[in-house]
Amino acid sequence: MIRNGSGDWRRVSYLSDVGALTRKDLLLELRARDTLPAMLLFVAAVFVVFHFSLPAGSSRLAASGLLWVAIVFTALLALGRAFVPEREQRTLDALVLAPCDRSAIWLAKSLATLTFLAAAEIVALPLFELFFHGLRGSTVAGVALADLGICAVGTFVGATAVVTRARELLLPLLFLPLAIPLVIGGVGASVVHGPGRYLGFLGLYDLLFALLCWAAFEYVVVE
Amino acid sequence: MTTAEKYVTAAYCVVFGVVLLYVVIIALKVQRMERDIDKLEQERDG
Amino acid sequence: MRRIPLPVLATASLVLVTLALALVFFVAPNDADQGFSQRIFYFHVSIAFTAYLCFGAGAWKALRHLWKRDPRADLESYVAVHQGVIFGVLVLLTGSIWAKISWGHWWVWSENQLVLFLVLFLFYAAYFMLRFSVDPGPQRANLSAVYALFGVVLVPVSFLAIRLSQSLIHPQVFTRHGPNFGGWILAAYIVSQVAVLVLAYTLYRVELAGKLLDVRLRELRLA
Repeated sequence: MIRNGSGDWRRVSYLSDVGALTRKDLLLELRARDTLPAMLLFVAAVFVVFHFSLPAGSSRLAASGLLWVAIVFTALLALGRAFVPEREQRTLDALVLAPCDRSAIWLAKSLATLTFLAAAEIVALPLFELFFHGLRGSTVAGVALADLGICAVGTFVGATAVVTRARELLLPLLFLPLAIPLVIGGVGASVVHGPGRYLGFLGLYDLLFALLCWAAFEYVVVE
Repeated sequence: MTTAEKYVTAAYCVVFGVVLLYVVIIALKVQRMERDIDKLEQERDG
Repeated sequence: MRRIPLPVLATASLVLVTLALALVFFVAPNDADQGFSQRIFYFHVSIAFTAYLCFGAGAWKALRHLWKRDPRADLESYVAVHQGVIFGVLVLLTGSIWAKISWGHWWVWSENQLVLFLVLFLFYAAYFMLRFSVDPGPQRANLSAVYALFGVVLVPVSFLAIRLSQSLIHPQVFTRHGPNFGGWILAAYIVSQVAVLVLAYTLYRVELAGKLLDVRLRELRLA
């Protein structure tokens, strides 16, 4: 343990807590191997459905828009599973009792979910290009920025939903209204000639809501 | 104003009037209940 | 403001709303472009502003609950959000009527205000689903408070997003002429706004009083 002064010690401890928790989630997934394959299959199936949903005269832009629908719902798949181990093994209470900053739990879970989402998109985006063409650099940038927002807000909302009686029912209801600005930003970045505004907006969303989630997570898990 | 518009206006006014009268009645009832409960609490604590 | 007795508030709203109706329908001149149908705008705008205020008040009370541990703040926050949703629905209804009159459709995506209220309605409807799937207690109060705070951050973010989205969705521009504020038009608008605000506050106080009475009755029965 590095101890340069109490401030450094706390910072290092915080980061190592986050690291440990993230590693735990990633290891669990590596062993179980259920969430990521499901997400990949889901994305592929959704793309096929999109092909049949788009009537003959539809523009290429419509498909770019639908990409974002796919991303949001694939993310929902991952988020629904995110807190299941904690709930089933009752480890959420144990984590809260542990002497770590509660927001570390949120950050770790967000990072793990982000990893899964990114892994799924590494396959999904080339697949999208294959099926529909028209993938741009700004689309990928938009996806990257939106992922941050999706995971930050989605993890927060997922933890909230897990505490209630309705659980899986509540997660999409809580998540989708918050995801609407992300979809708008993402579609704008994918489709418009000057995507800078939309990418900037996505960055703003990420900053605002990450801060809010980080500050407020304490109240979600503690009485 | 045409006749139709006069009827629309009258309809608005009647609906609003009824709703607001209802609010006044509820407000009076709530005030009475508050007084009753204050009295009950005093009896309980006294 | 808590000292103002309820019947006084209720009578005040009765008088003010009647006055507003009289001004709006009989005294204010017809709008140059849209004629008689524009009059609904006096209430539509007043109700919209009041709804924003209610959500803001709900968020403020939520902050007081989380920060100062004010014992009544959770209930007050809930009632404020409830009023906000009621008035929000009224915004959607009056806006829909106005859209039908102005453009022949019951819904138009080109009106930023309407779309924003739709998103907010989805968000705050989920507030109630969240609140009622948790048993009463400190955790429910915390979750509700955090969610109400998220809502207040969502308002400007969504507004920005929806403004950005208009250039994605609408190549055409619907021009709408705002009312030219002169004389009686301004007076009618001010009276309507004050009337709706007083009405909202009255309804808030009535609902809050009813809920507090429930709590006290329950305590008396248990004693």
